[in-house]
Amino acid sequence: MPATRPLPGPLALAFVAVLVGGAFAGLLAEAASDPSGAAGAFDAYLGRIVRFTLWQAALSTLLSVAPAILVARALSRHPSFPGRSLILGLFAVPLGLPAIVAALGVLALWGRAGLFAPLMAWLSGGDWPGIYGLAGILVAHVFFNLPLAARLLLEALEAVPLDHWRLSAQLGMGARASFRLIEWPAMRAALPGVAALVFMLCVTSFTIVLMLGGGPAATTLEVAIYQALRFDFDPARAVALTLVQVALTVAAVAAMARLGASPTGEASLALAPRRYDRPSPAGTALDAVLIAAAVLFVAGPMAATVVAGLEADLGRLATEARVRDAAATSLLLAAAAATLSAALSLALVAMRRRLETARSSSRAGLLARLLEWAAGNGALFVLVVPPTVIGAGWFILLLPAGMVFAAAPVMVVAVNAVMAMPFAVRAIRPAHDAAAARHDRLAAQLGIAGWARLRLIDWPVLRRPLFTALAFAMALSLGDLGVIALFGSESVRTLPYLLMERMGSYRTQDAAGLALMLGALCLALMAAANRLGRERA
Amino acid sequence: MRNLAIPVLSAAILALALPVQAADKLTIYTYDSFTAEWGPGPIVEKAFEAECGCEVDFVSVADGVALLNRLRLEGDRSPADIVLGLDNNLTWEAAQTGLFAPHGVSLDKVAIPGGWSDATFLPYDYGYFAVVYDADKVASPPASLKDLVEGDPSAKIAIQDPRTSTPGLGLLLWVKAVYGDKAADAWAGLKRRVLTVTPGWSEAYGLLTSGEAPMVLSYSTSPAYHRIAEKVDRYKAAEFSEGHYLQVEVAGVTRKGAGNPLSAKFMAFMVSPAFQDAVPETQWMFPAAPTSKPLDPVFGEMIRPEKPLEIPSEEVAKNRKAWIDEWLSVMSR
Repeated sequence: MPATRPLPGPLALAFVAVLVGGAFAGLLAEAASDPSGAAGAFDAYLGRIVRFTLWQAALSTLLSVAPAILVARALSRHPSFPGRSLILGLFAVPLGLPAIVAALGVLALWGRAGLFAPLMAWLSGGDWPGIYGLAGILVAHVFFNLPLAARLLLEALEAVPLDHWRLSAQLGMGARASFRLIEWPAMRAALPGVAALVFMLCVTSFTIVLMLGGGPAATTLEVAIYQALRFDFDPARAVALTLVQVALTVAAVAAMARLGASPTGEASLALAPRRYDRPSPAGTALDAVLIAAAVLFVAGPMAATVVAGLEADLGRLATEARVRDAAATSLLLAAAAATLSAALSLALVAMRRRLETARSSSRAGLLARLLEWAAGNGALFVLVVPPTVIGAGWFILLLPAGMVFAAAPVMVVAVNAVMAMPFAVRAIRPAHDAAAARHDRLAAQLGIAGWARLRLIDWPVLRRPLFTALAFAMALSLGDLGVIALFGSESVRTLPYLLMERMGSYRTQDAAGLALMLGALCLALMAAANRLGRERA
Repeated sequence: MRNLAIPVLSAAILALALPVQAADKLTIYTYDSFTAEWGPGPIVEKAFEAECGCEVDFVSVADGVALLNRLRLEGDRSPADIVLGLDNNLTWEAAQTGLFAPHGVSLDKVAIPGGWSDATFLPYDYGYFAVVYDADKVASPPASLKDLVEGDPSAKIAIQDPRTSTPGLGLLLWVKAVYGDKAADAWAGLKRRVLTVTPGWSEAYGLLTSGEAPMVLSYSTSPAYHRIAEKVDRYKAAEFSEGHYLQVEVAGVTRKGAGNPLSAKFMAFMVSPAFQDAVPETQWMFPAAPTSKPLDPVFGEMIRPEKPLEIPSEEVAKNRKAWIDEWLSVMSR
């Protein structure tokens, strides 16, 4: 019976709830002495930045996800061509890059003095002022999120059972039919989740928005939250603004889920056979163009990062004790965060699935429905609680216990793990749910459960998505800087931290070299995940 | 029960042992770039530990503002003896916390433009905000803030956001100090030349060195880094006739630290040559007190603004929000 192993899911939920709840509790305790800031947060300024935040996030999501559908489909239609796994690895690198590196990469191409500046000046018939403003923000957000969305949608496509493809070939479905009947339903099921994830990442964008937005007309809520925790340290205001951000995101994501609601009976294939059709040369060419365009778009700013990085004294950097320590710290913290993240995500995915199945077989109470929702979505909204808020809240909470110093690495791991969960869940859920649909009944009939089931049935299917989730979570954690502003940095000097430190003291070339190392590390992680995921168990 | 006893016991022993050590330990709160390997932290730590036969424990947070926030949160519980890294715009607010004690050091040797008389906060370095430009791209740099405000809109400058960054707030105060009630008009003029507004100093300075922005708001001594460490001559600071806004970096002794004899020793040490010698080529700022030997001649070639500008930190604290709102309304138009 599905309700016999309920522990990991609720534990995972509790972990997330404690992490966020604790932060709020800390800030609220501090805010209690002066709660006036909360009311003061609701002014005309807030109205303006809310509009801008939602507008840029919606546009960024549309521009990232729509092309990603085509790119994912193209990649899925050509499961083996030279360089494919390199491309997939490349697509994960932006995740691991600090925003400032990506912004400088984008500007190296599209800036006022960028590579394309002469071309743009010629096209516009005047001086090219650089891509500052909404356009700059969108380009940078698409750079980060198109590859992410493409990878996650590809993950959904690869969860389609082989039988379906075989059947489609036997039935002689053409490109259009297999898109309509197989690819689109598979992607559509994943689409609301992927779009929500991209939307959340864009809502919380900070450095990109300020740096490429060209001025304070481009301000997101995240900036206002940071502002509230800075010059006028005002926890009440920060909490109020964070709640606004969470509420708006929940509303937007709910609207998106409605728009993209997955149709029932999506994978039913009892349909009239079509004429047998090979992938046409034109189709293949189109796919090639699509993939090439996406790769160029993503690789451009990365190439700029590589060029800048190669000018650094990489030999010296690589032998510096400080750099090695930071690299080791980064890898250790990221590995811990990624493992925790994948475990939490798997627990939640399994819990949601179990509750969903239970719901369809009996009438579920309100509590069960709420839990199902929380397991499916609730935890994901953690992404829009700024790490600075979580860091500050927990700092306040841990202060009386005198545990601030020891807690810094734990905080980094916990926050990174939870922040990576939306990615990990997206990677794991399609394969998990598809496998559960196919195997649950059989496993129950054969009496295979627990460890045996995990080893014999789930692991072979989940292996690839789990490694993808791990690699994504690690890449994300590698690039993170956010939580420790107040904690003190002695025990958590990571690579991006070192990068910012060097950048902050004129050592721009060192910083470029470190950015290159970070990128290379992400690529290596993706390659490793790919290899480990593919090996036979 | 058994397996609990050992950790509990060892924790108790540790707790007992700690105060014994603490007698010879000085805890200094500071910011990250102070304790970075090329920062003054390692040099200062070594020199002072040799002098006092004690242990210096640095705790470093992101920057001066984070430092003040951490202290506010910790209040009386703070283990800090000394807080090093606040600046002249934050001293009033820091003093308002009631957590600081007088530093008790003679100010005879302290030389800050415009003088220094604060009994709570002791300076260790200073510098001026300045527009740093790429001489390969800017043939005729602005000679005044007025030039900057009214000049050719196609010659761009990258500035920092006063909501999130200390230099960004510095420029805001600079414009306020020069233009007063007309500051909004000045910003409307300057806006045409602003390439972009970055969240922090690093991003803006990166735009200068990557060639994207020909001018950036930074410090008058920034070119010294390029001259001395990189042997590069192309970055220069523009001298403005109205004067330059001054940044003074200071340290203070906490009330808790006043009970630790090492605190007074360190404060005296801070304005001695052993500390001050490390300042110029690690902080890339001017020393606040005499050094044992003359500075690298490159520092002599840095602009030395005749008129230091400053707004009292109390006025800054009380008007910051209104001034930032004024800035926002002009810059968001």
